[in-house]
This record gives sequence, C-alpha cells and structure tokens, in this order.
Amino acid sequence: MIRTELVKMLRRPRTWVSLMLLCGLPGLVAAFLGVTKVAPPAGQGPAFLSAVLSNGTLYPAAALAMVLPLFLPVSVAVVGGDSVAGEAGSGMLRYLLLRPVGRTRLLVAKLAALVGFVLLAVVAVTLSSYAIGIAVFGAKPASAVTGASLVTSMSGTGLTTPQVLLRLACAMLYVGVSMLGVGAIALFLSTVTDSALGAALGALAALVTSQILVSLDAAAAVHPYLPTRYWLAWIDFFRAPVLWHDIQRGLALQAVYVAVFLAAAWANFATRDITN
Amino acid sequence: MIATRGLTKRYGRVVAVRDVDLAVGAGDRFGLLGPNGSGKTTLVRMLLGLVFATSGEIEVMGRPIPRRTGEVLPRVGAMVEGPGAYGHLSGRANLALLDASGPGRGTRRTRRRRVGEALERVGLGGVDDRPVKAYSLGMRQRLGLAAALLHEPELLILDEPTNGLDPRGIREIRDLLRALNEDGTTILLCSHLLGEVEELCTRVGVMDRGRLVLQRDMSDVRALTGRVELRTPDAARVVALLDGRVEHRDGDLLLVRAADAAELNARLVADGLRVTEIRPQRRTLEEVVLSLTGASADRFDRPGAAADARAGTDARADADRTAGELT
Repeated sequence: MIRTELVKMLRRPRTWVSLMLLCGLPGLVAAFLGVTKVAPPAGQGPAFLSAVLSNGTLYPAAALAMVLPLFLPVSVAVVGGDSVAGEAGSGMLRYLLLRPVGRTRLLVAKLAALVGFVLLAVVAVTLSSYAIGIAVFGAKPASAVTGASLVTSMSGTGLTTPQVLLRLACAMLYVGVSMLGVGAIALFLSTVTDSALGAALGALAALVTSQILVSLDAAAAVHPYLPTRYWLAWIDFFRAPVLWHDIQRGLALQAVYVAVFLAAAWANFATRDITN
Repeated sequence: MIATRGLTKRYGRVVAVRDVDLAVGAGDRFGLLGPNGSGKTTLVRMLLGLVFATSGEIEVMGRPIPRRTGEVLPRVGAMVEGPGAYGHLSGRANLALLDASGPGRGTRRTRRRRVGEALERVGLGGVDDRPVKAYSLGMRQRLGLAAALLHEPELLILDEPTNGLDPRGIREIRDLLRALNEDGTTILLCSHLLGEVEELCTRVGVMDRGRLVLQRDMSDVRALTGRVELRTPDAARVVALLDGRVEHRDGDLLLVRAADAAELNARLVADGLRVTEIRPQRRTLEEVVLSLTGASADRFDRPGAAADARAGTDARADADRTAGELT
C-alpha cells in the first residue's frame, strides 16, 4: 500500500511541477548573483547568501534557507491537504476503502507518501542547487583565507569540503523533519474536510500564525511550542562546534506535532462516515 | 447473503434509514427502488462499512459488518454513487493501481490479465491510453463497473450502474449482469429507474423516507389483477354483452373483470365480436412503487402549489387501489 501511494505521488504531474518550482527559485537567485556579483551584506538577506559568492559548495545551504520559510511548507501543505480529501474529491476514497484498504493503513500510507515527498523535495533542492552553485560560483574559494579547501563556517572557523557535505546532509534531513509538523496538520485537516484546498489552506493558516507569533516578543511564553520556532536551527549545523540544543528541541517538537495530529487524524478518520 | 435487523441511521435530527430489515438471498437479483433521498445510498454504504449505523445489525455473507468488513469486502464488488478514477491516468492504469492497493487474490502476476478481462467484460477491451479525464460519462460508468468486477465478486452491489449510458449500453450492462448472475453472482441493484429493475430483478425492495416499505418477489409484485385488457372495434356491443363486468371504457379499449382471458376471448368470438388485442392485466412495478412511496425528497413545493400538484392525484388514486390489493 505504501508503495502504491509513493507510485501514485510520483505519477502526479503536480509533484513534478512543485519540485521544479522549488528548484527554480535558487536557480533564479543564482543567475542574478552570478551576473551581478552583488552579494547581500553579511547578516542580511537569506542566510549564507553573502558567503556563496566565494564558494559554491555552500550554495545548497543558501537554497534551503530560501525555500524553507514559504515555498517548501506551502508545497508540503498542498500535498498533505490533498492526501485524503483529494481521494474523496476524485471519488476514489470509497473505492480504496472497498478494495479493501484498512483506514489506518491508508492513513499510514498517506503519511509515508508525504514523508517521501518532503525528502524528495529537500534532496532535489540540495542537489540542483549544489550543481548550480558549483557551476556559477565554482568550488574553489575565490578569495582563500587560510587554505585552498576551507570555507568559512557561521562561527568564522574553516570547514573542509567533506565537512561541508556532511553538515549539509544533516541540515537537509533536519529541514525535512521540520516540514513534518505542517504535513501532519495538513493530513489531519484532510481527514476532516472533503476539500483538498480547504485542508491545505487550514495548514497554511496554522503555519502563518505560528510564524507571526514567533516574531512577536509578546508571545514569548508560547514560543517553545510553535511548530516553526526551531525551523532555522539547521543553521546551527554550520557552526563550529555544532550547537545541538535547538536542533534537539526542534526534532522533539516536530515529533510531538506529528504524534498528536496523526493520532487526531486517525481518531477522526477511523470513525467517520464516508459520504462523499 | 445480506441480512439486516432494525438498521437505523441518523444524521443529527434527520433519520436517513429507519428500522430496515433487508434480506437478500444468495443468487438473487435484488432491485432496491425508491425516490431520490429515500435512503437507498445510505443503506448501501452501511452494508459496505463506509457509513456506521446508529443502531441495528448487518450481516453480509454471514459476517457482522462493520466488525468483519476486511473479510467480506474482498468478495464483494461495488459501485456506489458513480464511478471514481484518477483523471490523469488511463483506465487501465487506474484499475492496476486499485488492484495493487488492496490485498487478496490481486497478485501481481495475474494483474494485467485480470484488468484486461474486466475491461473486456464491460466493453472497454480496446480502449487506448487516453487519460480518464478524456472519457465520456458512459465510459467512466463502464470503467467503474470493471473496477467492481476486478476480483470476480460473489456479491455485486451496484448503485445506479447505468447512469449516463445510452439505451444500447443499458442493454449491454443488463445482459452482462444477467450472465454474471447465472454464473452465481448475487446482485443488489439500486435504482430509481423502474424499467431497469423490472427487466432485470427477481426480487424487489422499495424504500420510502428511510423505511423499507416493500420486499417481495417480482412475480408476486407483478401478479395478475383479475382483469383483462381488451381492444375491440365492437366496443359498444361488448359492453352490452358483458353487462357490468366492464369496469372501464376508453374508446375501443375495455377493462373487463374476468379471471381467464382465453375463456373471455372464446365467448366474444362465439358471439361474432372481433378482438384486436386481449391480455390479462398485470400490476406494473410503477403503480406499486408510486402507491408505496411519497414525493421525492428533492421536491420542495410552495404551500400554495398543492392545487397544481393535485392534477397528479388521479394517477395516485389508481395506484393507491393497487397498493390496497397488494398489502
């Protein structure tokens, strides 16, 4: 069943269009940077962007920073919101259940497909932007500081290329996990309504609310519980030494969100009348 | 095959299905009739475990639903409220995907063959790879039927299977269902098309406002009324001859109270009266159903419109008479 759901996702034209869009944004930014060579001043604009002009291997990190706040969660919300409600809309939900596919099984398969999509998206963004970064900015630092194969970490010390790649992989996984909270919310809403669009919008509303509250000092008391609170913690992978505190909290928080909303989705879906 | 006891479904204050005791035997061709909104679809969804009953019991193939749905459904083929398909995939890919989703006899080895056979049966054997969104309504309907037939079900539950088909298509589907039934498949057909049920079914149930108001063999329903329909150019003389046994006259068409049409014919001919047509009158399913059911749930009259609707009461009066005889 999980395999069928993955196949189904991969055969959707929409999956590929959203992946192209996700990979297109870093490409566009790289084109502008490559042509003008005007880097944003350090500390402004998306993270890492000021550094990539000197070394292309860091460009995937910059690309993740670009798609993370909006593009990636929007596509995850759309896929998650479509997962059950979309089946209901096409009339296939009842035929899947009559096949029969157990309701719990269907939900688990949908979550698996969602995780698959998130991983695919993050990997696609990373790989495409790595290629773009090398092509546009080159792998060799243009202005070497202390040695040919050193790039500057966020903390100012040098990182070798294998170190960069390892940390990039960790950051990639962390960003993927960060998306699961939104995905689980979308999946839950998807079992509540028969409108895929409604479910996606609901998840986006939760996302926007969370991001606004995170930036609001008055809401500091609830900050640790907001799903987007630790989203930027993946940057800590590029510090030397790696700052684990926020990363660990971020992972735990996402796990809690997934557990809570998946349980809610299951409780709702397993007892619901299918009347679409 | 199917047995329900006191089956009731409430949606808030609305009672969609009320106290239904349905019994469908193995090998039946059961037709479930009723106006729109009478609860047919809700009943079918409960039988399939899609909707949970408020109270009452359901048994399908001797197993309780919804508790043992997983054991029953692999042996059931169903089409509920129109076919479903992924618009961007071809019909063949849709069936293969559906087959791969579930357990049971759907092993991968035989998938291609079974999909091909199912498509062949419903008349889509030569369909190309165009996506389902380019299908006509009739083709979608056939595809939905193919999906229901994919696992050679013992019980086929079909809700309005001929929706969107042309007369030839309807005929094909009817022949197909009959052939399946002869091979041992029990069929439960939901429809508001009386003709369809009358042609196909051996047993009939009628629903009205959530209740199952009739459940009978078709031969009982369509019993003789004890009257003979007679067409004759000598109508006036026949009326004179039969004296009082003619219940109704409309030009040269007479309705005569008589148990035996052959005997009546012999008597008329012996008196030199010509007969163009003669046949024993049977109740039509339409009369029975109209007499047992109220207005469609999709009809909402203005309070003042009752007079306009009264034109229809003559037909209802006829039908009411029929109902009186039936019950």
